[in-house]
Amino acid sequence: MDSALATTDHADVHAEHDHVALPQHRHHFETEEQQREAGSFGMWLFLLTEIMFFGGLFFAYLLYRNWYYPAFAVASNQLSVPLGAFNTAVLITSGFCMAVGVWAAELRRKGLLVLMLVLTTFFGLIFLGVKYDEYHEKYELHHIPGDSFNISMFTNPAGYGIKEEPLAPDMAQKTQIFFFLYFAMTGMHALHMIIGICLLFWLTWRAHRGDFSSGYVAPIENFGLYWHFVDIVWLFLFPLLYLINRHPLH
Amino acid sequence: MAHEGIHTDANDPSNVTNPEHAQHHIVTPLQYTYVFATLLLFTGITVGAAYVDLGWANPVIALGIACFKAVIVILFFMHAAYQSRLIKMTIGAGFFLFIVLITMTLTDYISRAWGMW
Repeated sequence: MDSALATTDHADVHAEHDHVALPQHRHHFETEEQQREAGSFGMWLFLLTEIMFFGGLFFAYLLYRNWYYPAFAVASNQLSVPLGAFNTAVLITSGFCMAVGVWAAELRRKGLLVLMLVLTTFFGLIFLGVKYDEYHEKYELHHIPGDSFNISMFTNPAGYGIKEEPLAPDMAQKTQIFFFLYFAMTGMHALHMIIGICLLFWLTWRAHRGDFSSGYVAPIENFGLYWHFVDIVWLFLFPLLYLINRHPLH
Repeated sequence: MAHEGIHTDANDPSNVTNPEHAQHHIVTPLQYTYVFATLLLFTGITVGAAYVDLGWANPVIALGIACFKAVIVILFFMHAAYQSRLIKMTIGAGFFLFIVLITMTLTDYISRAWGMW
Protein backbone atom coordinates (compact mmCIF):
# COMPACT_ATOMS: atom_id res chain seq x y z
CA MET A 1 0.00 0.00 0.00
CA ASP A 2 2.92 2.35 -0.64
CA SER A 3 0.91 4.09 -3.34
CA ALA A 4 -0.54 6.26 -0.60
CA LEU A 5 2.56 8.41 -0.62
CA ALA A 6 2.99 8.64 -4.37
CA THR A 7 0.77 11.60 -5.14
CA THR A 8 2.02 13.93 -2.44
CA ASP A 9 5.58 13.71 -3.81
CA HIS A 10 4.48 14.93 -7.22
CA ALA A 11 2.01 17.50 -6.05
CA ASP A 12 3.79 20.30 -7.95
CA VAL A 13 3.73 18.38 -11.24
CA HIS A 14 0.11 17.26 -11.00
CA ALA A 15 -1.32 20.21 -9.17
CA GLU A 16 -4.71 19.79 -10.80
CA HIS A 17 -4.86 16.21 -9.55
CA ASP A 18 -3.73 16.96 -6.07
CA HIS A 19 -5.75 15.05 -3.55
CA VAL A 20 -5.43 13.39 -0.22
CA ALA A 21 -4.11 9.91 -0.93
CA LEU A 22 -5.68 7.02 0.94
CA PRO A 23 -3.91 3.79 1.83
CA GLN A 24 -6.27 1.75 -0.32
CA HIS A 25 -5.89 4.05 -3.32
CA ARG A 26 -3.79 2.34 -6.01
CA HIS A 27 -1.45 4.66 -7.88
CA HIS A 28 -2.76 3.72 -11.34
CA PHE A 29 -6.12 5.29 -10.57
CA GLU A 30 -6.43 9.05 -10.86
CA THR A 31 -8.85 9.36 -7.97
CA GLU A 32 -10.37 7.11 -5.39
CA GLU A 33 -13.76 7.57 -7.03
CA GLN A 34 -12.35 6.35 -10.33
CA GLN A 35 -10.90 3.30 -8.59
CA ARG A 36 -14.20 2.64 -6.90
CA GLU A 37 -16.16 2.92 -10.13
CA ALA A 38 -13.71 0.66 -11.96
CA GLY A 39 -14.23 -1.91 -9.21
CA SER A 40 -18.02 -1.69 -9.41
CA PHE A 41 -17.86 -1.87 -13.20
CA GLY A 42 -15.76 -5.04 -13.03
CA MET A 43 -18.11 -6.59 -10.50
CA TRP A 44 -21.13 -5.84 -12.67
CA LEU A 45 -19.41 -7.40 -15.70
CA PHE A 46 -18.90 -10.55 -13.64
CA LEU A 47 -22.57 -10.49 -12.62
CA LEU A 48 -23.58 -10.21 -16.30
CA THR A 49 -21.74 -13.49 -16.99
CA GLU A 50 -23.71 -14.91 -14.07
CA ILE A 51 -26.97 -13.73 -15.67
CA MET A 52 -25.98 -15.60 -18.84
CA PHE A 53 -25.08 -18.70 -16.80
CA PHE A 54 -28.38 -18.86 -14.92
CA GLY A 55 -30.13 -17.63 -18.08
CA GLY A 56 -29.33 -20.91 -19.82
CA LEU A 57 -31.04 -22.82 -17.01
CA PHE A 58 -34.03 -20.48 -17.07
CA PHE A 59 -34.34 -20.97 -20.81
CA ALA A 60 -34.30 -24.75 -20.47
CA TYR A 61 -37.03 -24.37 -17.84
CA LEU A 62 -39.13 -22.15 -20.15
CA LEU A 63 -38.90 -24.61 -23.02
CA TYR A 64 -39.60 -27.83 -21.09
CA ARG A 65 -42.35 -26.25 -19.04
CA ASN A 66 -44.18 -25.47 -22.28
CA TRP A 67 -43.55 -28.92 -23.74
CA TYR A 68 -44.43 -30.98 -20.66
CA TYR A 69 -46.73 -28.64 -18.77
CA PRO A 70 -48.89 -31.36 -17.05
CA ALA A 71 -45.78 -33.08 -15.65
CA PHE A 72 -44.31 -29.74 -14.53
CA ALA A 73 -47.52 -28.65 -12.80
CA VAL A 74 -47.97 -31.89 -10.84
CA ALA A 75 -44.28 -32.19 -9.93
CA SER A 76 -44.18 -28.55 -8.83
CA ASN A 77 -47.12 -29.16 -6.51
CA GLN A 78 -45.02 -31.69 -4.57
CA LEU A 79 -42.75 -28.87 -3.38
CA SER A 80 -43.63 -27.18 -0.10
CA VAL A 81 -44.89 -23.61 -0.56
CA PRO A 82 -44.55 -22.76 3.19
CA LEU A 83 -40.89 -23.82 3.14
CA GLY A 84 -40.23 -21.99 -0.13
CA ALA A 85 -41.95 -18.80 1.06
CA PHE A 86 -40.15 -18.99 4.41
CA ASN A 87 -36.83 -19.34 2.60
CA THR A 88 -37.67 -16.38 0.37
CA ALA A 89 -38.28 -14.25 3.47
CA VAL A 90 -35.06 -15.55 5.07
CA LEU A 91 -33.06 -14.66 1.99
CA ILE A 92 -34.60 -11.19 1.75
CA THR A 93 -33.72 -10.65 5.42
CA SER A 94 -30.16 -11.78 4.74
CA GLY A 95 -29.95 -9.31 1.84
CA PHE A 96 -31.31 -6.53 4.05
CA CYS A 97 -28.61 -7.24 6.66
CA MET A 98 -25.98 -7.15 3.91
CA ALA A 99 -27.28 -3.78 2.67
CA VAL A 100 -27.17 -2.34 6.20
CA GLY A 101 -23.65 -3.79 6.48
CA VAL A 102 -22.54 -1.77 3.44
CA TRP A 103 -24.03 1.31 5.09
CA ALA A 104 -22.16 0.55 8.33
CA ALA A 105 -18.89 0.26 6.37
CA GLU A 106 -19.56 3.61 4.67
CA LEU A 107 -20.00 5.19 8.08
CA ARG A 108 -16.91 3.37 9.39
CA ARG A 109 -18.82 1.65 12.17
CA LYS A 110 -16.81 -1.49 12.74
CA GLY A 111 -19.01 -3.16 15.36
CA LEU A 112 -22.21 -2.73 13.37
CA LEU A 113 -20.53 -3.95 10.18
CA VAL A 114 -19.29 -7.13 11.90
CA LEU A 115 -22.75 -7.71 13.41
CA MET A 116 -24.47 -7.29 10.04
CA LEU A 117 -22.03 -9.64 8.30
CA VAL A 118 -22.63 -12.25 11.01
CA LEU A 119 -26.42 -11.87 10.61
CA THR A 120 -26.11 -12.13 6.81
CA THR A 121 -24.19 -15.39 7.29
CA PHE A 122 -26.69 -16.63 9.89
CA PHE A 123 -29.71 -16.15 7.61
CA GLY A 124 -27.77 -17.65 4.69
CA LEU A 125 -27.13 -20.78 6.76
CA ILE A 126 -30.80 -21.02 7.76
CA PHE A 127 -31.71 -20.93 4.07
CA LEU A 128 -29.29 -23.76 3.31
CA GLY A 129 -30.61 -25.77 6.27
CA VAL A 130 -34.20 -25.55 4.98
CA LYS A 131 -32.94 -26.42 1.49
CA TYR A 132 -31.21 -29.50 2.89
CA ASP A 133 -34.48 -30.58 4.51
CA GLU A 134 -36.34 -30.16 1.20
CA TYR A 135 -33.68 -32.14 -0.70
CA HIS A 136 -33.79 -34.89 1.90
CA GLU A 137 -37.56 -35.23 1.53
CA LYS A 138 -37.15 -35.63 -2.26
CA TYR A 139 -34.46 -38.24 -1.66
CA GLU A 140 -36.79 -40.25 0.56
CA LEU A 141 -39.62 -40.04 -2.00
CA HIS A 142 -37.29 -41.19 -4.82
CA HIS A 143 -37.88 -37.93 -6.62
CA ILE A 144 -34.24 -37.39 -7.54
CA PRO A 145 -33.84 -38.01 -11.30
CA GLY A 146 -32.00 -41.16 -12.24
CA ASP A 147 -32.27 -44.93 -11.86
CA SER A 148 -34.13 -44.87 -8.57
CA PHE A 149 -36.68 -42.26 -9.68
CA ASN A 150 -40.21 -43.41 -8.88
CA ILE A 151 -43.12 -42.16 -11.00
CA SER A 152 -45.89 -43.99 -9.09
CA MET A 153 -46.92 -40.85 -7.18
CA PHE A 154 -47.69 -39.20 -10.53
CA THR A 155 -49.37 -42.15 -12.26
CA ASN A 156 -51.45 -43.00 -9.18
CA PRO A 157 -51.82 -39.82 -7.11
CA ALA A 158 -54.98 -41.08 -5.37
CA GLY A 159 -52.94 -43.91 -3.86
CA TYR A 160 -50.78 -41.32 -2.12
CA GLY A 161 -53.69 -39.14 -1.03
CA ILE A 162 -52.82 -36.42 -3.54
CA LYS A 163 -55.64 -34.58 -5.29
CA GLU A 164 -54.18 -34.49 -8.79
CA GLU A 165 -55.18 -35.84 -12.20
CA PRO A 166 -53.12 -39.04 -12.82
CA LEU A 167 -50.54 -38.73 -15.60
CA ALA A 168 -49.96 -41.26 -18.37
CA PRO A 169 -46.69 -43.15 -17.77
CA ASP A 170 -44.82 -41.33 -20.56
CA MET A 171 -45.85 -37.90 -19.28
CA ALA A 172 -45.15 -39.02 -15.71
CA GLN A 173 -41.56 -39.76 -16.77
CA LYS A 174 -41.24 -36.10 -17.75
CA THR A 175 -41.53 -35.13 -14.09
CA GLN A 176 -37.87 -36.18 -14.02
CA ILE A 177 -37.11 -33.19 -16.24
CA PHE A 178 -38.83 -30.91 -13.76
CA PHE A 179 -36.89 -32.37 -10.85
CA PHE A 180 -33.66 -32.31 -12.84
CA LEU A 181 -34.14 -28.58 -13.46
CA TYR A 182 -35.25 -28.09 -9.85
CA PHE A 183 -32.06 -29.65 -8.52
CA ALA A 184 -29.84 -28.02 -11.16
CA MET A 185 -31.23 -24.52 -10.57
CA THR A 186 -31.63 -24.58 -6.79
CA GLY A 187 -28.37 -26.56 -6.54
CA MET A 188 -26.38 -23.98 -8.50
CA HIS A 189 -28.09 -21.29 -6.44
CA ALA A 190 -27.12 -23.09 -3.23
CA LEU A 191 -23.54 -23.49 -4.48
CA HIS A 192 -23.39 -19.73 -5.01
CA MET A 193 -24.64 -19.26 -1.45
CA ILE A 194 -22.03 -21.68 -0.06
CA ILE A 195 -19.29 -19.77 -1.89
CA GLY A 196 -20.82 -16.52 -0.59
CA ILE A 197 -20.85 -17.80 3.00
CA CYS A 198 -17.16 -18.80 2.72
CA LEU A 199 -16.40 -15.27 1.51
CA LEU A 200 -18.52 -13.87 4.37
CA PHE A 201 -16.37 -15.70 6.95
CA TRP A 202 -13.27 -14.14 5.39
CA LEU A 203 -14.83 -10.66 5.16
CA THR A 204 -16.13 -10.85 8.75
CA TRP A 205 -12.63 -11.69 9.94
CA ARG A 206 -11.17 -8.77 7.96
CA ALA A 207 -13.92 -6.42 9.13
CA HIS A 208 -13.21 -7.44 12.72
CA ARG A 209 -9.53 -6.64 12.08
CA GLY A 210 -10.62 -3.12 11.06
CA ASP A 211 -9.89 -3.33 7.32
CA PHE A 212 -13.19 -1.76 6.30
CA SER A 213 -13.71 0.90 8.95
CA SER A 214 -11.37 3.58 7.64
CA GLY A 215 -12.99 4.48 4.34
CA TYR A 216 -12.14 1.33 2.36
CA VAL A 217 -15.57 -0.08 1.47
CA ALA A 218 -15.02 -1.68 -1.96
CA PRO A 219 -14.74 -5.38 -0.90
CA ILE A 220 -17.88 -5.10 1.25
CA GLU A 221 -19.76 -3.22 -1.45
CA ASN A 222 -18.78 -5.64 -4.23
CA PHE A 223 -19.55 -8.68 -2.12
CA GLY A 224 -22.92 -7.05 -1.41
CA LEU A 225 -23.55 -6.91 -5.18
CA TYR A 226 -22.82 -10.64 -5.44
CA TRP A 227 -25.04 -11.51 -2.47
CA HIS A 228 -27.95 -9.44 -3.80
CA PHE A 229 -27.56 -11.04 -7.22
CA VAL A 230 -27.89 -14.48 -5.63
CA ASP A 231 -31.05 -13.20 -3.87
CA ILE A 232 -32.48 -12.06 -7.20
CA VAL A 233 -31.96 -15.51 -8.73
CA TRP A 234 -34.02 -16.98 -5.89
CA LEU A 235 -36.74 -14.32 -6.34
CA PHE A 236 -37.29 -15.87 -9.79
CA LEU A 237 -36.73 -19.50 -8.79
CA PHE A 238 -39.39 -19.43 -6.08
CA PRO A 239 -42.44 -18.56 -8.23
CA LEU A 240 -41.19 -20.52 -11.24
CA LEU A 241 -40.50 -23.77 -9.39
CA TYR A 242 -42.97 -23.70 -6.47
CA LEU A 243 -45.99 -21.83 -7.84
CA ILE A 244 -46.64 -23.20 -11.34
CA ASN A 245 -50.21 -24.32 -10.72
CA ARG A 246 -51.43 -24.18 -7.14
CA HIS A 247 -55.14 -24.32 -7.93
CA PRO A 248 -55.62 -27.70 -9.62
CA LEU A 249 -58.89 -29.47 -10.26
CA HIS A 250 -61.31 -26.88 -8.95
CA MET B 1 -3.86 2.54 8.24
CA ALA B 2 -1.77 5.64 8.70
CA HIS B 3 -4.29 8.17 7.43
CA GLU B 4 -7.04 7.72 9.93
CA GLY B 5 -6.82 11.31 11.08
CA ILE B 6 -7.78 12.69 7.69
CA HIS B 7 -11.32 11.43 7.47
CA THR B 8 -13.14 11.75 10.70
CA ASP B 9 -16.39 12.40 8.89
CA ALA B 10 -17.77 9.42 7.03
CA ASN B 11 -19.97 11.48 4.75
CA ASP B 12 -17.02 13.64 3.74
CA PRO B 13 -19.04 16.84 3.21
CA SER B 14 -15.96 18.97 2.51
CA ASN B 15 -14.72 16.39 -0.01
CA VAL B 16 -11.45 15.91 1.81
CA THR B 17 -11.34 12.25 0.94
CA ASN B 18 -12.09 12.92 -2.67
CA PRO B 19 -11.92 16.54 -3.74
CA GLU B 20 -12.41 16.03 -7.47
CA HIS B 21 -15.78 14.34 -7.43
CA ALA B 22 -19.21 14.79 -6.07
CA GLN B 23 -19.94 13.14 -2.77
CA HIS B 24 -20.46 9.40 -2.90
CA HIS B 25 -24.11 8.60 -2.28
CA ILE B 26 -24.91 6.54 0.78
CA VAL B 27 -28.30 4.85 0.88
CA THR B 28 -29.79 5.10 4.37
CA PRO B 29 -31.08 2.20 6.48
CA LEU B 30 -34.54 3.79 6.37
CA GLN B 31 -34.60 3.38 2.58
CA TYR B 32 -33.36 -0.19 3.00
CA THR B 33 -36.18 -0.85 5.47
CA TYR B 34 -38.79 0.37 2.95
CA VAL B 35 -37.29 -1.89 0.29
CA PHE B 36 -37.17 -4.81 2.75
CA ALA B 37 -40.86 -4.34 3.69
CA THR B 38 -41.87 -4.04 0.02
CA LEU B 39 -40.03 -7.25 -0.84
CA LEU B 40 -41.73 -9.16 1.99
CA LEU B 41 -45.13 -7.74 1.03
CA PHE B 42 -44.77 -8.77 -2.60
CA THR B 43 -43.56 -12.23 -1.58
CA GLY B 44 -46.87 -12.59 0.24
CA ILE B 45 -48.79 -11.28 -2.77
CA THR B 46 -47.08 -13.67 -5.16
CA VAL B 47 -47.96 -16.66 -2.93
CA GLY B 48 -51.56 -15.48 -2.57
CA ALA B 49 -51.96 -14.85 -6.30
CA ALA B 50 -50.74 -18.37 -7.09
CA TYR B 51 -53.76 -19.89 -5.30
CA VAL B 52 -56.26 -17.89 -7.38
CA ASP B 53 -57.12 -19.37 -10.76
CA LEU B 54 -56.43 -16.60 -13.26
CA GLY B 55 -55.64 -18.83 -16.25
CA TRP B 56 -52.88 -17.49 -18.47
CA ALA B 57 -52.46 -14.47 -16.18
CA ASN B 58 -51.03 -16.56 -13.32
CA PRO B 59 -47.49 -16.95 -14.70
CA VAL B 60 -47.58 -13.38 -16.06
CA ILE B 61 -48.39 -11.98 -12.61
CA ALA B 62 -45.81 -14.23 -10.93
CA LEU B 63 -43.08 -13.11 -13.33
CA GLY B 64 -44.21 -9.47 -13.16
CA ILE B 65 -43.91 -9.47 -9.36
CA ALA B 66 -40.52 -11.24 -9.53
CA CYS B 67 -39.28 -8.62 -12.03
CA PHE B 68 -40.54 -5.78 -9.85
CA LYS B 69 -38.77 -7.23 -6.82
CA ALA B 70 -35.57 -7.73 -8.81
CA VAL B 71 -35.69 -4.12 -10.05
CA ILE B 72 -36.00 -2.61 -6.58
CA VAL B 73 -33.20 -4.87 -5.30
CA ILE B 74 -30.98 -3.72 -8.20
CA LEU B 75 -31.89 -0.05 -7.80
CA PHE B 76 -31.56 0.26 -4.01
CA PHE B 77 -29.83 -2.73 -2.40
CA MET B 78 -27.30 -2.75 -5.26
CA HIS B 79 -27.21 1.07 -5.50
CA ALA B 80 -27.75 1.08 -9.28
CA ALA B 81 -30.00 4.15 -8.96
CA TYR B 82 -27.05 6.17 -7.66
CA GLN B 83 -24.33 4.87 -9.97
CA SER B 84 -22.74 6.53 -12.98
CA ARG B 85 -24.21 6.21 -16.45
CA LEU B 86 -21.48 3.76 -17.41
CA ILE B 87 -22.66 1.29 -14.79
CA LYS B 88 -26.35 1.85 -15.52
CA MET B 89 -25.67 1.20 -19.20
CA THR B 90 -23.68 -1.91 -18.33
CA ILE B 91 -26.54 -3.35 -16.28
CA GLY B 92 -29.07 -2.48 -18.99
CA ALA B 93 -26.86 -3.96 -21.71
CA GLY B 94 -26.60 -7.23 -19.79
CA PHE B 95 -30.34 -7.68 -19.49
CA PHE B 96 -30.84 -6.58 -23.09
CA LEU B 97 -28.38 -9.21 -24.30
CA PHE B 98 -30.14 -11.81 -22.16
CA ILE B 99 -33.49 -10.95 -23.80
CA VAL B 100 -31.90 -11.13 -27.26
CA LEU B 101 -30.46 -14.58 -26.57
CA ILE B 102 -33.77 -15.89 -25.19
CA THR B 103 -35.72 -14.48 -28.15
CA MET B 104 -33.39 -15.87 -30.80
CA THR B 105 -33.22 -19.32 -29.22
CA LEU B 106 -37.01 -19.42 -28.81
CA THR B 107 -37.42 -18.33 -32.43
CA ASP B 108 -35.41 -21.37 -33.45
CA TYR B 109 -37.46 -23.77 -31.32
CA ILE B 110 -40.80 -22.29 -32.43
CA SER B 111 -39.98 -22.26 -36.14
CA ARG B 112 -38.24 -25.63 -36.40
CA ALA B 113 -41.46 -27.58 -36.83
CA TRP B 114 -43.09 -24.80 -38.86
CA GLY B 115 -45.89 -26.09 -41.08
CA MET B 116 -45.64 -29.61 -39.68
CA TRP B 117 -48.60 -29.34 -37.32
